[in-house]
This record gives sequence, C-alpha cells and structure tokens, in this order.
Amino acid sequence: MGCKAILEKVGDVFTVKSPVGHWRYQRLTAVALAPLTILILVMLHKALHAPYAEMVSWLSEPFTALGIIAWVVAVLYHAALGVQVVLEDYVANINFRHQSIIATNLLFLALGIAAMASIIIILLLR
Amino acid sequence: MAANNRPLSPHLQVYRLPLTGLMSIAHRITGVLLSLGLILFVYVLYAIAAGEDVYNALQVFMSFWLCKLVYWGFVYALFFHVCHGLRHLLWDVGKTFARETLDRYALVELMASAVLALITFYLL
Repeated sequence: MGCKAILEKVGDVFTVKSPVGHWRYQRLTAVALAPLTILILVMLHKALHAPYAEMVSWLSEPFTALGIIAWVVAVLYHAALGVQVVLEDYVANINFRHQSIIATNLLFLALGIAAMASIIIILLLR
Repeated sequence: MAANNRPLSPHLQVYRLPLTGLMSIAHRITGVLLSLGLILFVYVLYAIAAGEDVYNALQVFMSFWLCKLVYWGFVYALFFHVCHGLRHLLWDVGKTFARETLDRYALVELMASAVLALITFYLL
C-alpha cells in the first residue's frame, strides 16, 4: 500500500461519511464533554499552581485519570468533527478541502496519541 | 433578465448581523480557537509526564502576563462554547425556537458564560 493509499484510508476512517453520523457524534461528544468541563478547569488550575507531587498524585487517582482520558478522547473527536465542518464551509477547492480535513484529522490523532502516552507515563510515575 | 432578479444572500459587509447571528459565528470562532488550545492542553499533560523540571518551567512560563491572558481567554471561550453548545442541544430536542425569545436566550447565554468565568476566576 502506497503512502497516498494509507493517507486516504486514514482520512476515510476519521471523516464520517454519513451526515447523520457526523451530527450524532458531534452531539454525543458534546453531552459527554459539558459536565467534564469542571474537571478540566480544576486540572488546568492545578497545573498552573500546584507543586509537582500534588499534581501527579491528583492525576493518578482512578476517577480523575478516567475523567481526563474520557475528556481527551471526546474533545479530540468533537474538535475534529467541528473543524471538518468549518473546512467544508470555507475551503472552496474540493481537493484542498479534502486534504486539509485529512491533515487536521491526523493532527488530532497525533495529539490523542501524545496525550494518552503522557497519561500512561504519569500513571507509571506514581 | 430573470437571472438578475434572483434573490441575493445577505452581503456580510453591509448587513449588520443580529445578536443570534453573532452568537452563531462566535460559537464557530471559539470552537476553532479552543481546538488550537488543545495543542497547549496536550503540552500541559506532556510537561507533567516529562518530569518536575519541565513542569516547573511550564509554571514559570505560564506566570507571564501574556500567557495568563491566553489562559483566561481559553477559559472564557470554553464557557461560551459550552453555554451556546447547550443551547444547540436544546434546539436539537426541538425547544426554545420561539422567535421573540431568541434574543433573550442569547443574553442569558452571554450572562451565564461571563458569570461562570468570573466564578472560576474567584474560586480558583
């Protein structure tokens, strides 16, 4: 499989084809994300002010870790769907539009991998 | 001449958007900005995983006033996006469409997002 074919496959996986599916997942992730906002604000506040040991032990609590993982997965999917709609509306050139959607999906995928790797390392640090 | 009489879509340059239109485009703009902010969010997770030195350096960097401004911008954008997002979910179940209530609900969203951001600012 050539590089182009792989990219197209990745694009197909992360570009929801059915408009109803896109709509539904945008809403499902929104419902999951809204209550988790509080957890994320607490995490960001701690990250800016708390000593290192406190931050790590807080993140290592099962409830916190699960909440952060759920938020990261949901938010990256939600953002990918949202940015896709924006690109579909404002990028006139079909080819460039398709490529930019694939590129943003890959960026969000990379962010997700980086976030998950970081959380696993934090849990091991405990 | 029929082709020239076709209705035109609103010219954004000469057309003052109603409050609901401004809320709609602000929802989009905050969504895109929050997506960019996710890069910073993942960097925070990375800094914690990378160890105490990187973490402390991040805290020092984030105490710079411009970084604090970006941080509070992110927090307000998040509250705005959540408030208008909940409004979208209400619309999705077929509620709050009455024309005369649209501006009122938009004001409620703006007030709610501002109050939530202020509460966060004072509590945290």
